[in-house]
Amino acid sequence: MTAPILTFTGVTLSFAGVTAVDDVSFDVGQRELFAIIGPNGAGKTSIFNVLSGVYRPQRGAVTFNGADILGAKPDRIAAMGLARTFQNIELFANLTVLDNLMLGRHNHISYGALSAFVWLGRARRAELTHRAAVEDIVDFLELEQWRMHPVGLLPYGVQKRVELGRALAMQPKLLLLDEPVAGMNQEETEDMARFILDIRDELDVPMIMVEHDMGLVMDLADRIMAVDFGKQIATGTPADVQNDPAVISAYLGEDA
Amino acid sequence: MTAPVRQRRPRQLSGRPGLYTSYAQQLRLLNTRPKLLTVSAIVLLAFVLPWLVADETLSLLGVAMAASIGAIGLNIVTGYAGQVSLGHAFFLAIGAYTASAVSGAPDDDTIGFGVTNVLVWLLAAGLVAAVFGVLVAPLATRLRGLYLAIVTLGLVFLGEHIFAEWQALTGGAGVGRPGPVPVLFGVELNSSGDVLTSDQKLYLLMLASLVVFGLLARNLARSKVGRAFAAIRDRDIAAEVIGVNLTRYKVIAFAVSSFYAGCAGALVYTITGFIEPSSFNLLLSVQYIAMVLIGGVATISGSIMGAFFITLLPALTRQLPTVAPFISEDASSPLNVFQVETVLYGLLIIGFLIFEPRGLYGIWIRIRNYWKAWPFSY
Ligand SMILES: Nc1ncnc2c1ncn2[C@@H]1O[C@H](COP(=O)(O)OP(=O)(O)O)[C@@H](O)[C@H]1O
Ligand SMILES: [Mg+2]
Repeated sequence: MTAPILTFTGVTLSFAGVTAVDDVSFDVGQRELFAIIGPNGAGKTSIFNVLSGVYRPQRGAVTFNGADILGAKPDRIAAMGLARTFQNIELFANLTVLDNLMLGRHNHISYGALSAFVWLGRARRAELTHRAAVEDIVDFLELEQWRMHPVGLLPYGVQKRVELGRALAMQPKLLLLDEPVAGMNQEETEDMARFILDIRDELDVPMIMVEHDMGLVMDLADRIMAVDFGKQIATGTPADVQNDPAVISAYLGEDA
Repeated sequence: MTAPVRQRRPRQLSGRPGLYTSYAQQLRLLNTRPKLLTVSAIVLLAFVLPWLVADETLSLLGVAMAASIGAIGLNIVTGYAGQVSLGHAFFLAIGAYTASAVSGAPDDDTIGFGVTNVLVWLLAAGLVAAVFGVLVAPLATRLRGLYLAIVTLGLVFLGEHIFAEWQALTGGAGVGRPGPVPVLFGVELNSSGDVLTSDQKLYLLMLASLVVFGLLARNLARSKVGRAFAAIRDRDIAAEVIGVNLTRYKVIAFAVSSFYAGCAGALVYTITGFIEPSSFNLLLSVQYIAMVLIGGVATISGSIMGAFFITLLPALTRQLPTVAPFISEDASSPLNVFQVETVLYGLLIIGFLIFEPRGLYGIWIRIRNYWKAWPFSY
C-alpha cells in the first residue's frame, strides 16, 4: 500500500463559542475519491479551509504529500499542489473564462515582472504554451462557447464548471470540491458527475468532495466520512456509512 | 527556434474581422486591423503635430502626455491591483526632486549634481520613487480599502511638510527650485536650436516617453503579473488559494506604480521648468484619481484619455469669464475659475461613477460598437 496523499490528524478548530472542527482525523489515498457529508454547519467547509491554509486550527497535524502544511500560507499550499473549489463560487468576476483559467496556471508560469514588461521572448512563449494547456481544459469541460465571456455574466452552472476548470488548471495532486452540484438542476448535476468521474479516471487526481446530494455521494465516493456539530460520527465505505445508526439519526434529526 | 504551439484552426479561415486563427494572433496587442489602423494613425499624427500647431499648445500637450504616464502608474496600483492610493502626489514629488537634484547645476542654491542626461535622471527618478513605493507597499498587506486610502493620504501631508522645510533640496516654501535640465544625446532640449524650438523638442521627448511607458504597461497588464493584480483586486482570498502571493504582488504593484509616478513627476516639471513645493498636495492626488476614474479604470488608453481630459480642462475653464462674465479670473473674488475647476473635478468624478463607470474608455467602446453595428444600431 502506498502512503496516503493526505493525513489529517486530531484537528480541532474553534471560533469564539463554536467548535467548528472537533478532533477530526482521516486520510485520503493516492487515487481515492473521499467524500465528507453532514448537515449544514457541521464543519465541512471549515475542514477545507484548514486544508487550504485559510484557517489555522488550534490543535492537530496535517500532512500533504509527506510535508507538514499546518500553518503554511494558502499560496504555499497551492504551490505544493492542493487545489479547491468553493461552496459559494469565488471566481474573478470581471475576468474572462480564459483569464480565470490562466490564473489557475499562475504557479506553473515562471517568468517574472521584468520579462512581462519586455513581453517578446520569454513571456510571450510562456503565454502561448500555457494558453494551449488551458485550451485542453476548455475542451475537457466543454467551455468553448464561453472563452471570451466575463465570468460574472455566465449562468450559475457554467460558473461552477469554470471554477472546477481553474482548479484543474493548477494540475493539482489533490482536488477539494465544496458542494460541486449545490443549486444545480438535474442535467447540470449529471454533467458535473461525469466531469468528476473523468477527473478521477482519466486525470488520476485524488479528490475530497463535500456534498449534500446523497445519491451522488453514494455513487461516486470510495469512502465517506460523516460529520455532525464538528465531530466525526462515522467513516467507511458508502454501504457502511449509509447504515450507521449515528449517521441515520443525524440526518433524521433524532437525538442520538 | 519556434515555440511548441498547437495551431487549432487552419490558417485559411483568416479574413473575417474579429476571427482569430491562432493563439499568437489573439495575444497580439493590436490584434485587429481597425485597432492597428487607429493606433498607427494617432501615433503618426502625434509625431507630425510639432510642425502643425503653435508652441504653447505643444507645451500643454506635452504636460498631458507626461501626466498620462503618471495616470497609467496610478491605474496600475488602483485600477488593476485594486489598492486605492491617495499618495500619488508624494511619488510624483520624489521623481521631480530626484531628477532636478541629479541634473541641477552644482553651483546653484539647491542640491545639484549636474548630470543632465535625460536617460540617467529619468531612470533615477523612477527608481528612487519605486524604492519609496516598496517601503509603503507592506501597509497594503495589512490595510485595505478606506484605511489604505487614509494612510497613503498621510504620506502626502508628510511630504508637504518635508518639502516645505528641506530648503537645500526644494528651495523651500514660496521659493522653489528649477525643474530637471534635459539633455539627450548631446542636444539641449530646453533651449531652441536651428531646427527645432525647445517646445517642439520637449513635446517629442514626452511623446516618445509615453509611447514607451504605455507599451510597457500594456505588456505588464496582459501578462501573468497583470492577471495576478486583477485576481487580488476581485477576490484576494481566492487569489491566494490559487497560488498568488499577495504580499509579493502588492509590492510589485506599488513599485511599478511609483516608478511611473516618479518618471511622470520628472517629465512634467521638465516642461514647466519650475517646482514649487506646495504643488504636491491632496488636490494633485485627487486630480490623478480623477484621471483614472474619468478615463477608465484598468485600461491604459483610458488613463491617457483621462490625463488629457484633466490637463486640458483648465485651458477651457480659463475661457469661461469671456462667455460667463460673472465668473472671475481673480483667485480672490467670490466666484472664480479655480473654484469652478475644483467643483468640476468633483462633479465629473461623481457623474462618471454613476453614469459611465468605464469612463471615457467606455464611451469610446460604445461609439465603436455603434459604428460596428451600423446601420442596425439603435
Ligand atoms: N469565520 C468564521 N467565524 C466564526 N464562525 C465560523 C466561521 N466559519 C465557520 N464558522 C462556524 O463553524 C461552523 C461550521 O461551519 P462550516 O464549516 O461552514 O459548515 P458546513 O460547511 O458543514 O456547512 C458553523 O457553526 C459556522 O457558523
Ligand atoms: Mg459548507
